[in-house]
Amino acid sequence: MENELMINVEGLTFIYKGQESDLLALDHIDLKIRDGDHVVIIGHNGSGKSTLAKQMNALLLPTDGKVHVKGMDTRDDDSLWKIRQTAGMVFQNPDNQIVATIVEEDVAFGPENLGIDPTEIRKRVDQSLLAVDMAEYAQKAPHLLSGGQKQRIAIAGVIAMKPDCIIFDEPTAMLDPSGRKEVIRTMQKLNREEGITIVHITHFMEEAVDAGRVVVMEDGKIVMEGSPREIFSRVAELKKLGLDVPQMTELAQELKDEGIKIASNILTVEEMVSVLCQLKLKN
Amino acid sequence: MSIKIEKLNHIYNPGSPFQTNALENIDLEVKTGEFIGLIGHTGSGKSTLVQHLNGLLKPTSGKIWIQGEEITKPGIKMKQIRKKVGLVFQYPEHQLFEETVYSDIAFGPSNLGLSDNEIASRVKEAMNLVKLPYDELKDRSPFDLSGGQRRRVAIAGVLAMKPEILILDEPTASLDPRGRDEILEQIQRFHQEFGLTIILVSHSMEDIGRLVNRIVVMDGGKIALTGIPGEVFSRSEELVNMGLGVPQITTLMKRLNGEGYQLPEDLFTVRDAKKTILEWLRGNNHA
Repeated sequence: MENELMINVEGLTFIYKGQESDLLALDHIDLKIRDGDHVVIIGHNGSGKSTLAKQMNALLLPTDGKVHVKGMDTRDDDSLWKIRQTAGMVFQNPDNQIVATIVEEDVAFGPENLGIDPTEIRKRVDQSLLAVDMAEYAQKAPHLLSGGQKQRIAIAGVIAMKPDCIIFDEPTAMLDPSGRKEVIRTMQKLNREEGITIVHITHFMEEAVDAGRVVVMEDGKIVMEGSPREIFSRVAELKKLGLDVPQMTELAQELKDEGIKIASNILTVEEMVSVLCQLKLKN
Repeated sequence: MSIKIEKLNHIYNPGSPFQTNALENIDLEVKTGEFIGLIGHTGSGKSTLVQHLNGLLKPTSGKIWIQGEEITKPGIKMKQIRKKVGLVFQYPEHQLFEETVYSDIAFGPSNLGLSDNEIASRVKEAMNLVKLPYDELKDRSPFDLSGGQRRRVAIAGVLAMKPEILILDEPTASLDPRGRDEILEQIQRFHQEFGLTIILVSHSMEDIGRLVNRIVVMDGGKIALTGIPGEVFSRSEELVNMGLGVPQITTLMKRLNGEGYQLPEDLFTVRDAKKTILEWLRGNNHA
């Protein structure tokens, strides 16, 4: 059973040691992520999301409790490189993640470090660039690309390591609307077509709508967990935590409060249009 | 007139293989007290444009006037301009450097040669404006604060210069929803209560739609569209082609009209949509 879990977090506590005082960043977290899951983690700044993400590929190690990645204990030094290869990470700022001056060389950087055979590297680079729809940019210089394109190159660099799981830490925070869409589409494609497990941290509630599961963090703890529809229908609780709900969910809730017979767990514009049209016809 | 820009061009790396025309023949006038939303995809020239407005970048050609004074003519004192035009960069908290919140905010005003009393009162006022408790935080290290607080320290540092024009380049990027709403509310107050002229650069069509008087859309170094939010967001196809979008609420109204109804489309907030949809469902509407 243990081995079927991609990431298994048990009783995880993490304390940042400060000069004057210590900070309890994660407080007895339990979280199970299965192979092929698409999990979105939300929570306000300082709630512990990024700290949790960094525990998932051994960038940080537990003060107490355990994190297993595909059955490997993150505290086990010998598994470190295998863990990093299994669970790749994409960060907020694309400019901080690109190391080479040519796109395909940047994507090849990870596999080269793994000591992989050059013909195999070539194959992986080509496949990775295809997977993020950036094959035609293979010979371009990364600094001439848009933010969304750079972020997709960073993702290709992770895919070339053949990970089973990718952890995205606010990958769209610095992007414009089209860049955001490109990255979200890429993420969904990797999950659905390549079967890669996705853990996605975000402040944009609209991006959580398509996830299989939403995890809400507050003060180093997991305070809610469920499908997007379940979580976002709890508008008042989320607002109290300083979070948003998707605008369509908020609108549905407001209409319901006015006595309109409408479900309060609507997530998308499409759903809202069809529900409103039905209501109008009944009037 | 607060800002006037005439035939502004900016070329990066002229004469080299990397030559880029970042701005091409920009003409723009901003009235005193106007709240402008500046949108455009990454690389469209927004940041290049705003950096010209307080003299950080010099135009390749063209002229700019700030409150009637031409800032692009030779020999102009940039100090005078920077007193009038406050620019808050992207991720401004990365530029904090002092040991205490007080001295960080006081840095700008100290360079203006003001008295200690005047500096102290400006720091206090600026912290007050961004809702940072003065007594509690003035002696703390800015690096011990939360991300949202650090950003507000950086904004306070610009406000302490008492600018008449405030330019903010994506001031809410990567803040959580509460932090974002706090900063936007404060910006709205600077505009409404203190009459500041504001230029807000943002990727959030929702925020732009509900806050600004007028939108300026940039694409490929040119001004592609300008108008009140209702006008600009009615051209959703063009916006999408430019890598932008329209607020979700606007999309909802457009889709409903696509089903054969006739609802107003210049709505941007949940509150506006709720009111209109209630009237429509209850039947006392022209639809």
